[in-house]
Formats: sequence, C-alpha cells, structure tokens
Amino acid sequence: MKPEDFELLSGILKERSGLALTKEKVYLVESRLLPIARQRGLDGLDGLMAALRSNSEEPLLKDITEAMTTNESFFFRDVRPFESFREVLLPALLKAREAKKHIRIWCAACSTGQEPYTLAMCLREEAQKLAGWRTDIVATDISDEVLEKAKAGVYSQFEVQRGLPIQLLVKYFKKVGDMWQIDPAIRGMVRYSQLNLMGDFSKLGAFDIVFCRNVLIYFDQNLKVEVLDRISHLMPSDGFLYLGGAETVIGLTTKFMPMKGQRGVYHLASETAH
Amino acid sequence: MKTCLIVDDSKTIRSVARRMLEELQFTTVEAEDGKQALEVCTKNMPDVILLDWHMPVMNGIEFLRALRRSEGGGAPVVVFCTTENDIERIQEAIGAGANEFIMKPFDTGIIESKFAQVGLL
Repeated sequence: MKPEDFELLSGILKERSGLALTKEKVYLVESRLLPIARQRGLDGLDGLMAALRSNSEEPLLKDITEAMTTNESFFFRDVRPFESFREVLLPALLKAREAKKHIRIWCAACSTGQEPYTLAMCLREEAQKLAGWRTDIVATDISDEVLEKAKAGVYSQFEVQRGLPIQLLVKYFKKVGDMWQIDPAIRGMVRYSQLNLMGDFSKLGAFDIVFCRNVLIYFDQNLKVEVLDRISHLMPSDGFLYLGGAETVIGLTTKFMPMKGQRGVYHLASETAH
Repeated sequence: MKTCLIVDDSKTIRSVARRMLEELQFTTVEAEDGKQALEVCTKNMPDVILLDWHMPVMNGIEFLRALRRSEGGGAPVVVFCTTENDIERIQEAIGAGANEFIMKPFDTGIIESKFAQVGLL
C-alpha cells in the first residue's frame, strides 16, 4: 500500500471509529477492503483509494469503516470469562442485588451477537436462581451490518461449532436449512443498538457488568484511557469489567484494578467508586 | 501426551485429522471401523476418540454403545465427527454417551475448540 494511501485510510479510520491502523495491520486492509472495491466495480485497492480521494461519500466511508472494524467473534470465546461469570460474578451479584433483583449487563462491542447470546444462555441455564429477577443484556456495536446479523441470530454450521457446547446447540438452536437459528426466547433477552464508543454512551444507564473485550487493542493510548474512564462512570462500586485476553488496564488507568484470581476481570478501585 | 483414536473409514479424513491432532500434541492411533476400534480399545484405552458415524462392519453409534458397556469404556472422551447434522442424530449421539459432536467439514479451529470444551486442552 502506498504511504499516502495508508495515511489517508488511517486518518479516516481514526476519526470515525478510533481504530488505530498500524503498519502491522496493513495485511488486513486488502482482505477486508477488496470485497468493497469489487462490489463497486472499482479496480482493486488502488481504484478504491482513488474513489475515496475524489469523492469521499458517506456510504463508502461507512462501508470501509465497518469492514475494517468488524472482528471475529464466537460463542464462549476464551471459555474462562464465562466460567468466572457463572461461578464467581453472578453469585456475587445475586447476593449484592438481592433487594432490587435486577442485573444489567453491557456488551460494548458485540459484533455478530455471539457474546451477548452466550451470556443469555448462561443466564437461562441459571433460570432457577434467577426466578423473579430482571436481567437486561444491552449489546452495542459500531457496525450496522454486524448488528443486523446479531439481531437475526442465524449462524452457519462453522460458527456454531466454534466454542458452543453441543448440548447448548441442541437446546437453544434449531436448524433452518443449512443454518442454525437461536431460540427466540434467547434472542429476546438481548437488546441491540448501534453505538460508537468514541461518542457519548452515558445515556445507556448503569451496568453491573461491562464486557468490553478485544476492542481497546484497536485504540491508541489516549482513547483507551478515555473509554475506560467513561465506562467507570457507568458502573456501581461493586460492578465488574471484562477485557480481552490481550488487554489490561495496567499502565492506562488507576480507576480499575485486576480482580484477584480472575484473569481479564477488573473492578473499580475503591477511591474511584461512584 | 494424550492419545487420540481416530475412527473413520476414509483414509483421507484419518490423515487430515491425524495432522491436526499431532499439531495439538496428541499421539494418534487409527481404526477403519467400529470393530477395529473396539479391538484397539481392548488393548489400550485411548484418552479420546474421534468417531465417524457411517462406517462398514460396525458404525459409530454401535461402537459407542458397545464401548460404554465395556470395562473401562466409560473413561474416554468421545467426540463424534460426522456428516450427520440433524438435531435428532446429535441427540441420539449424546444419549449413547458422546461428549461432543463435530459436523463435517471441520478444521483445526473446530477440533481445538471442541477439545478445549471437554477439558482436553
């Protein structure tokens, strides 16, 4: 990729989504953007970049941003976070919220829906303990395209085999042609909306657990700090934050502290508690 | 190193699966049908069995039922790996004692993910 094209593209992505396109990620550009060039009858990446220069219309900018920010997702990704959710965090919240019987969870970059549906299935598996409780799962993403897929809750055979235990596939999905569709009851537990983490998200309300996994890795240092700070304002003092396996708060903020024995889980530092 | 018995009548599938499992640090043994697989298990019970459904002589579900009835046959983790993908068939496999179920075609990511779920990785 020509240096001037790299500069133009990274500038657009930074401004629109916060994504920091580093030189190491250039390999992604071709695989993600060539389909857009083809769709529009443009001559490869060079053609796409030329179109971007001559006429940076909104639909093209939107398609490019979505293609570059869409990330792989699968059910029960990394396994361990969902074990800690079931075994540690949920029991802790069941005690702490006994009076109001209401738990709110936010998946901050839900992609095609596997993470919020995993949480919904986990909650459904604990239905007995949660009888009489209200549980809200709010799932947001910057990309309308992935949100449409998430809302439909229809996955390929390949997708349902990455991480989803077979017992849960049989229990919560039905086969429709070659695809697998999630149970409407599970789908109904998740509320989706489009959201750019660079913008204001205070209107979403407070959350007991925030899943913000594998998002911060795409942001530069300043934006990481800012997003973590704004997430901290949405959480009660005993709330929990999940980050991805390759992410941490250490060196970024003192507002969150790693939770002992629970890799990837953070809680508010006592002096930060709101 | 854990041992995986690959049971499939297709030499190609056995070879593809063997390569994937060796990458995941498993030692592999192979059988072409359920009867051969039972003989392998009688001599040396593997830690895990990757099992095809449709095979001559003895099919996968017959093998699994016989295995689970045999002495020590409750121990190995059994992962079906088959072109069958109907819910009824999957339920039948779980009912017969399968721990996991892979629908072909598969890749290393799927094997890795399914083996991790049943505590093998």
